[in-house]
Amino acid sequence: MIEGVAINLSLGGKPILRDVTVALRPGELMAVCGPNGAGKSTLLSALAGEHPSCAASVSYEGTAANHFSAKELAQRRVVLEQSPTLSAEFTLQELVELGVPIDIAPEGMDALITPILRTLGLWEMKDRYVSELSGGQRHKAHLARILTQLNGNRQMGHHCHVFLDEPTASLDISQQALVLKAMQRLTEDGVGVLVVLHDLNLAAGFADRVILMRDGRVLYSDVPSAVLTEERLTDIYETPILVEAASSGQMVIQPRF
Amino acid sequence: MVSLDAPQRSFAPGKLVAVYVGLTALLMVAMFCALTIGPVSLTFAELWAALIGQGTIATETILMDIRAPRMVLGIMVGGSLAISGACLQGLLRNPLADPGLIGITAGASLAVVFVIVLGAGLIALLPPVLEVAVIPLAAFAGGMAVTFLVLGTASIGGQFSVARLILVGVAITAISGAMIGVMILMSNDQQLRELTFWTMGSLARSNWSTVVIACVIMVVASLALLRYRRELDMMQLGERAAFHAGVDVGRVKFQICFLVAIAVGAGVSAAGPIGFVGLVAPHMTRLFIRSSHFVVLPVSALVGANILLFADLFVRNAIPPSEIPIGIATSLLGGPFFLWLLLRNRRI
Repeated sequence: MIEGVAINLSLGGKPILRDVTVALRPGELMAVCGPNGAGKSTLLSALAGEHPSCAASVSYEGTAANHFSAKELAQRRVVLEQSPTLSAEFTLQELVELGVPIDIAPEGMDALITPILRTLGLWEMKDRYVSELSGGQRHKAHLARILTQLNGNRQMGHHCHVFLDEPTASLDISQQALVLKAMQRLTEDGVGVLVVLHDLNLAAGFADRVILMRDGRVLYSDVPSAVLTEERLTDIYETPILVEAASSGQMVIQPRF
Repeated sequence: MVSLDAPQRSFAPGKLVAVYVGLTALLMVAMFCALTIGPVSLTFAELWAALIGQGTIATETILMDIRAPRMVLGIMVGGSLAISGACLQGLLRNPLADPGLIGITAGASLAVVFVIVLGAGLIALLPPVLEVAVIPLAAFAGGMAVTFLVLGTASIGGQFSVARLILVGVAITAISGAMIGVMILMSNDQQLRELTFWTMGSLARSNWSTVVIACVIMVVASLALLRYRRELDMMQLGERAAFHAGVDVGRVKFQICFLVAIAVGAGVSAAGPIGFVGLVAPHMTRLFIRSSHFVVLPVSALVGANILLFADLFVRNAIPPSEIPIGIATSLLGGPFFLWLLLRNRRI
């Protein structure tokens, strides 16, 4: 379990996270939602151990994050940034190979990478340069890289969690479902998944628990149906929001026009 | 812990072997030319006879005392400058990075110029053994002093800032240039000739004692830099993602800059400042191979060694018996290449 207890974080003198307490449990898909500037991405980076000033407030399986080296943290969580970049001219396969943990033997690389590329529909383009791919394909390539890191860690016997910052932003509707279903399958294996989402419908459809943030604070944390109510969303987003149940029983959330 | 046992990636092996074989063959040609072409030309038979100890005294002297140390120094300076440039470009994710950028070259040159112009009386008091070593030592000390200054400044506040490192390097280069200008104004004719070597570089002063010391340092620093190939690949994801992937970003940045400073400082102490090799060699490599640092670093070293040996061949034989400083040749090659790079890459 990854826990953050009373996290306070200021950046450039401005408080970004205020007294945030949150826990990511094994086998749980937790969505972090809230308006722009609420502190969602900063919470993710704090839980990932990026900020030394608050690393003592974050613990992995009971051990404070500031006790781990960068390599040890990388064995315990994988992170996909909101806008992943690549400065070099790598092929898709070379990019994904960057996710292979250093302790994996070279002959084990193919067995690790191939199923992930096939699952994400990237196998056919593995030899293409990343710069030649579309924005969505690039994002999926980076997702494949961190899933490679995750599976490598699990292969080495490490219990590892997943942090995703807006993983569906550049994907079409079918790819969004594909990615989040892949994350749901990971939770079935006991992996904890924290995902920052702007799309409340995706949060409602796929998350086990939703955290709603505003102004650096966690205001609500519960199952989607309890958190994503018209009253709360209208209050947090400061705009009228409609929450309905579709005939399938699925929640539909949209601004009230 | 940085490990050489990192997973190797799958390159097109045929192409890679062709590049290695081609560049090694070219280097062999350059080495043969470096040993045989000059004011006194040697045939292959004379070269072979001298190598197995059956040549004339004159031939053996030319070969073993003049051309061989010069050739070895050329290979090592070219190779280590190229690796240093490739590492800085990878670390800074900036294709225009060059070892001269962080001020080490300028600091080394300034220390030497100080010693030549202001320390002449002091040098005369030293025993002959130390007299020979004092200028290379000054270059090395100047390079290291700047290294610690820029690394210290870049680490202020506990966070290693590459931007600050470069800006301090630029400032030191500017200050050093101005001070060297003042020293040149204060120097006499003999000192001025000496200063030419230390401001534009040359392999002409190679002798085994300085070459061996400088080369050992350059080899150790370059081999140590090769161990960071995986980290440099990770850094292409950006510093945050590299940290997420397990790279201790601050430590790696500091260690790579430190090793670059050592390699460049040792090179300058033996051959003076030689510009643009560190910039051009990695780019020439990437024209052939768009790939990871596992390939780019060793291939860049081969390209750099070739560039410097051929440049030295040119400066030795262009207008004999005079010798053009090698820094002029590499700048003549590198300057236009640098401009082409700027015009070609619209993202810079």
